[in-house]
Amino acid sequence: MSILVDEGTRLVVAGLTGREGSFHAMNNRRYGTNVVAGVTPGKGGQDVEGVPVFNTFREAVAATDANTAMIFVPPRFAADSILEADDAGIRTIVAITEGIPAHDELRVYNVLRRDADVRLIGPNCPGVLSPGKANVGIIPADFFRPGNVGVVSRSGTLTYQIGNELAQSGFGNSTIVGIGGDPVPGSSFVDIIALFEADPETELIVMSGEIGGSAEEEAAVHIAEHVSKPVVGYIAGLTAPPGKTMGHAGAIVSGSSGGGQAKVDALEAVGVRVGRTPTQVAAIAMEILAG
Amino acid sequence: MDLLEYKGKQVLGRHGVRQLPGEAVSTVDDAVAASDEIGFPIVIKAQVKIGGRGKAGGIKIAADADELRAYAAAILGMDIRGHTVHEIWVQRATEIAGELYAAVVFDRAAKAPLVMLSTQGGMDIEQVAAQHPEALATIHIDPLVGFHPFHARRLAFEAHVDADLVRPVGELLEALFRVFTKEEATLVEINPIAVTPERDVVALDAKVTLDDSSLFRHPENAALDDKANADPQEMLAAQRGLTYVKLDGDIGVFGNGAGLVMSTLDVVAAAGGAPANFLDAGGGAKAEAIAASVEVILGNPNVKAVLFNVFGGITRCDEVARGLIEAYEILQPKVPFVVRLDGTNDVEGRRLLAEANLPNVYAEATMDGAAARVVELARRADVVA
Repeated sequence: MSILVDEGTRLVVAGLTGREGSFHAMNNRRYGTNVVAGVTPGKGGQDVEGVPVFNTFREAVAATDANTAMIFVPPRFAADSILEADDAGIRTIVAITEGIPAHDELRVYNVLRRDADVRLIGPNCPGVLSPGKANVGIIPADFFRPGNVGVVSRSGTLTYQIGNELAQSGFGNSTIVGIGGDPVPGSSFVDIIALFEADPETELIVMSGEIGGSAEEEAAVHIAEHVSKPVVGYIAGLTAPPGKTMGHAGAIVSGSSGGGQAKVDALEAVGVRVGRTPTQVAAIAMEILAG
Repeated sequence: MDLLEYKGKQVLGRHGVRQLPGEAVSTVDDAVAASDEIGFPIVIKAQVKIGGRGKAGGIKIAADADELRAYAAAILGMDIRGHTVHEIWVQRATEIAGELYAAVVFDRAAKAPLVMLSTQGGMDIEQVAAQHPEALATIHIDPLVGFHPFHARRLAFEAHVDADLVRPVGELLEALFRVFTKEEATLVEINPIAVTPERDVVALDAKVTLDDSSLFRHPENAALDDKANADPQEMLAAQRGLTYVKLDGDIGVFGNGAGLVMSTLDVVAAAGGAPANFLDAGGGAKAEAIAASVEVILGNPNVKAVLFNVFGGITRCDEVARGLIEAYEILQPKVPFVVRLDGTNDVEGRRLLAEANLPNVYAEATMDGAAARVVELARRADVVA
């Protein structure tokens, strides 16, 4: 069945008329995703390779019944765009943009959490791919096939590395979800793992985390109480020095919190096996599903 | 972006946070000149972005001009745990009747700002939290509701602040929260807040961290960036749109994507090597950025071997290959390179690299294999040298 995106996805893209937005939206469409609209204020009435552009999300939804949004606009406009999509009734919002100010993210998170039905994936994420069904974002879909392993990750390219290791070991994926590398992501590991737990197509869950914050520790608590399916983990940045931001705005060990080993320990304590390298993750998955 | 104390104080000053007047100077003569206006005794404080200044001898009180000269000369240029002191803050030393602690923190886990207050000022707050948790009053604030006077009063009463200080402390907290939201800080910490004999509350110190992602809309804050202590390679990398962090080892690392690069550091370490740097070229980097990356990595004389670990999504492997070939022609590196290319246009990328037949460049098919190879090559460099 997969989660978040599938054949029923009707995608509206904020930033469709931009260079990056059009490139990736058209890739998504070529893959089979139903891209139904774009939103660029002032360019309503135009089209991008046949996809109609609207001035506002409200108009786009009214005209096309869009149910999913991809946000591909610059950081200074992105939080506003997310709120606009929510206001227009979009229930699944995928924000690719990197560099959104932390206070904007805080505000967006606190507005969206008031509505249990709306889901924000990202920001600063590669998007969501359900192989064979739909791709929303920049994940290179050709490397992946449909299957029974759900992947949720804070990283982009590390996700492809791990996904590729899984694919080479013969696994396919129900859905690959990049939750992004920012300090206040719209959806956490807990949120996505809960969706995988409820998804009949997913039989094993791979979660790829990294230093900074406490999302992995929170996931461990959730897994212990609510998850029956096997989970395999990975934590990047175990050897990164404290106090230095490692690329992702959210990847920093400050003071006593956010350290990688603590995350490994928290996960292993609840029975999640943690691979020490991406290759090991695939090996563990193989062991679990074979046995 | 961490701010030096005196710059943090500038930012606080914009929002009415009361402070004692002082001046930031970078020479002994300027310190003496400032003392004419300030008068003695004078507190001299090293301006560095790291704590423990007092213990390191970076905070002194001078009773007269001779002592001022001596202390200023000793502190300027001092190394405090890897940070060089380029500037000092001089201000009138005043009597302090008490010390408080206050902070506003961006709490990621709670997804809300956390405001903290304690009458145990002037101490290590983590120790206070551990040993006397009842002395630390805290509240999470709903960012959509904001910080209101009743929040401030609650903190003041819960922290058992003296009755006559409840109102001024409350006003100070409101001002700190204003700084936090209006300047888009992730941390605003005052330790200590001094209570003067006249029963005023003033910020004696300031630790302010601003959100890097917000600087584009705060040009006056972007200008506060402190270039003096920045690593030249980190600055060069930032100019080219690369994320570079210098580390202690001898194996240069290049990758596309922060998570992948962090993972590469781990895998190299697991293979027995010591990474010399983190370098994330980001997504979709062109040959020019790749070449710049090589230049930045090789700018570190400790590097004995370099690992390129690429899994291209929007980054194209042929573009990476072109960039590496270009870098070779210009820089003619003396150290070996191990290159692993997978992902978009990987076949084309590997082909280009093989055809270029660059000396001392080794192709590896897997991330693990590439890490093992580069560790071996770095070790061999030791033996040869």
